[in-house]
Amino acid sequence: MTIKKLMTALLASVALTTSAYAADLRIGLQEDPDALDTDQARTFVGRIVFESLCDKLVNITPELEFVPELATSWAWYNEGKTLTMQLRADATFHDGTPFDAAAVVANIERSKTLPESRRKSELSSVETVVATGPHEVTFNLSSPDATLIAQLSDRAGMMLSPTAAAAQGLELANNPVCSGPYKFVERIAQDRIVLEKFPGHYDAANYSFDRLIFLPIPDTTVRLANLRSGDLDMLERLAPSDVAAVKGDGSLQFSAATSLGYQGITVNVNNGARSETPFGKDKRVRQALSLAIDREVINQVVFEGVYAAGNQPFPPTSPWYDQTNPVQARDVEAAKALLKEAGLDGIKMEIQVANNPVQMQLMQVIQSMAAEAGIDISLQATEFATMLKEQSAGNYDATQVGWSGRTDPDGNIHSFMTCAGGLNDSKYCSEEVDALLNKARTSTDMAERKASYDAANAILREELPIIYLYHQTWLWAMSNKLKGFTAYPDGMIRLSGVTME
Amino acid sequence: MLAFILRRVLIAIPTLILVSIFVFGLQKLLPGDPILVMAGEDRDPAVIEFLREKYRMNDPIPMQYLYWAGDVLRGDLGISLRTNQPVTELIASKLPVTIQLAIMAMIFALLIGIPTGILSAVRKGTWVDWLANVVALSGLSIPNFWLGIMLILLVSVNLGWLPASGYESPWVDPVKSLTTMIMPAFVLGTGLAATLMRHTRSAMLGVLQADYVRTAEAKGLRRNTVILKHAFRNAVLPVITLSALLFGELLAGAVLTEQIFTIPGFGKLIVDAVFNRDYAVVQGVVLCTAIGFIGMNLLADVLYVLLNPKLRALS
Repeated sequence: MTIKKLMTALLASVALTTSAYAADLRIGLQEDPDALDTDQARTFVGRIVFESLCDKLVNITPELEFVPELATSWAWYNEGKTLTMQLRADATFHDGTPFDAAAVVANIERSKTLPESRRKSELSSVETVVATGPHEVTFNLSSPDATLIAQLSDRAGMMLSPTAAAAQGLELANNPVCSGPYKFVERIAQDRIVLEKFPGHYDAANYSFDRLIFLPIPDTTVRLANLRSGDLDMLERLAPSDVAAVKGDGSLQFSAATSLGYQGITVNVNNGARSETPFGKDKRVRQALSLAIDREVINQVVFEGVYAAGNQPFPPTSPWYDQTNPVQARDVEAAKALLKEAGLDGIKMEIQVANNPVQMQLMQVIQSMAAEAGIDISLQATEFATMLKEQSAGNYDATQVGWSGRTDPDGNIHSFMTCAGGLNDSKYCSEEVDALLNKARTSTDMAERKASYDAANAILREELPIIYLYHQTWLWAMSNKLKGFTAYPDGMIRLSGVTME
Repeated sequence: MLAFILRRVLIAIPTLILVSIFVFGLQKLLPGDPILVMAGEDRDPAVIEFLREKYRMNDPIPMQYLYWAGDVLRGDLGISLRTNQPVTELIASKLPVTIQLAIMAMIFALLIGIPTGILSAVRKGTWVDWLANVVALSGLSIPNFWLGIMLILLVSVNLGWLPASGYESPWVDPVKSLTTMIMPAFVLGTGLAATLMRHTRSAMLGVLQADYVRTAEAKGLRRNTVILKHAFRNAVLPVITLSALLFGELLAGAVLTEQIFTIPGFGKLIVDAVFNRDYAVVQGVVLCTAIGFIGMNLLADVLYVLLNPKLRALS
């Protein structure tokens, strides 16, 4: 073979291999997911993969309403202590096991009893779950639990094949078997997760891609470069600083949804000796800091204006947000007056912040804003795992930290603000707030719940154990050949009806 | 000879034990609690307690070490706390990736470093020498992460010639494997090429002054023959030794390059494991690396003895 022929053959094979399958969808993820077992999993990024791999009992709309997925309808009985669900009869697991009431029972029991399960607290109100018909299942609760439907719309409601779960045990994480529109093919750690279309899915006609390839690419610049070079079709968590570049690129489009979570400053008000400061003990000092911060300016300067300023545990786009108390304007004079009233000429404090450039920039802006009101903040950049440990041990004045957010409002506030809450690192404790938040989680009447949350938030806005700052916006960038993508506030990628031109 | 090798292996054992204790201890000194990370955002106390028991975090650290060492002796490096995959499997799948990257980078380094070194020695003081030096200095001074991102933007985004990142095994798809590895190997190889160029140049300059080169030229041999057959052959010996020594450095440099180009190799494995507090993976990787280095040293010692009769007599 002459060199020329060899080169031609080589080029042809390059062209063949790089053009991949026409019906592949390549999605760039910010991190490599953790264990691919819905009971053991704990990361946000893992949920993105599960969304295509595993069907849930309940789904949500972009407006956070609950809609049927594996459960076709549901009803509450016995004053909110019994939940009955009707199930679809045409769903099958990837290994051929039929989906029925017995499968739901097996799944809920696994989530509740597997020692490694991270779903226990989400299902703690469920006492028993019984198959009351071949396609009807009944949950008996220890006390009314308004959050249960929301839990069943996430990992706790994702159904694994009971046959595979029994056979594989913990190994299931390396070969997950669910009933979603795509089934598991392979995973190469830190490189890719490949799923292929499951033709037996009841809604297979609405899923147009033959294969999904999830590629974890942590560096935001490199992730975007892969999209621009055509090596990716879409990516999640675009950096706000790259929004302009995507909008300016004729071959790309961009999609956004305000997240369910929040970012704020958690103050040590009652967690050990380090809470014994004017900042921890006098709410006027916390109010002064809050007043010294211009949340809109932060959004413009640090996040290019694409995030949302916040002052509550729920984002302004949430139906649970108290619209009568919007984000207050900055008022340095009022902040100074409050400090004076507290008998302080100025105050020093140390705030922990995760050592990544964006959070550092955020806190540096806040640092200079606070300085104008006489609040001298020193920043302690800390690696995230360490920060978390110091915070739960009470070894901190305040921490800049956030929460990824839950569909039900309870998930954004109860564990943080009740006296015995598992995530209450500020150790804020008020009987009144406890009563309001406990009442809100047991009622199934939305107006009644909203009134409780508004009342609790009115107290918390005064006390400020957490000074809320902003709500992240989920940002997706994708090829403009991709049609039909809908942005959801939970940050997931739902592919029903999405096509490639 | 056999006795010599045996003695060296026996000496290596306490070194390995010390390394493993050191790694184990250092990890425990790292701030942050891996169980808190593993428990997830909800931090369920029952889950935390169960995981502490399961991973023996409640035992005293020396006991934890003994349990781990016992498992290692049985060939079990444990499972990744993050993904549940066996550590031995992870290492076996990542090591070939990094070795491929290192070999390709070395080829780049040799292909660039040696010819430019020869050229700049032969054309000493001319613009060729000057240019080669500037290129070499740039190779040493430009940080890998910057060069990597610039190349991605130029070659992948603007020109669309090569994939921006990722990896494919050469056994599955050799062409794609090559195309994904060219850029990272080039980036990793540049610094090394510069070092090799400087050493080739100075070795060549030394040799070109030697009497036998002048004799060869006086015999009327062609200049190229003199340079390549007579001078270069002698100059290349120290360069080869240096290349072998630099191979270890290449493996270290791969850590950063793998991060930029998202190559699922050894370096990326350990960096991600450290950030996720994935103790089992970190320990397994470091232990393997230590065994590798001790093995290489042993091999070098044996080769020296084989090649040098004086040392053989001593041993």
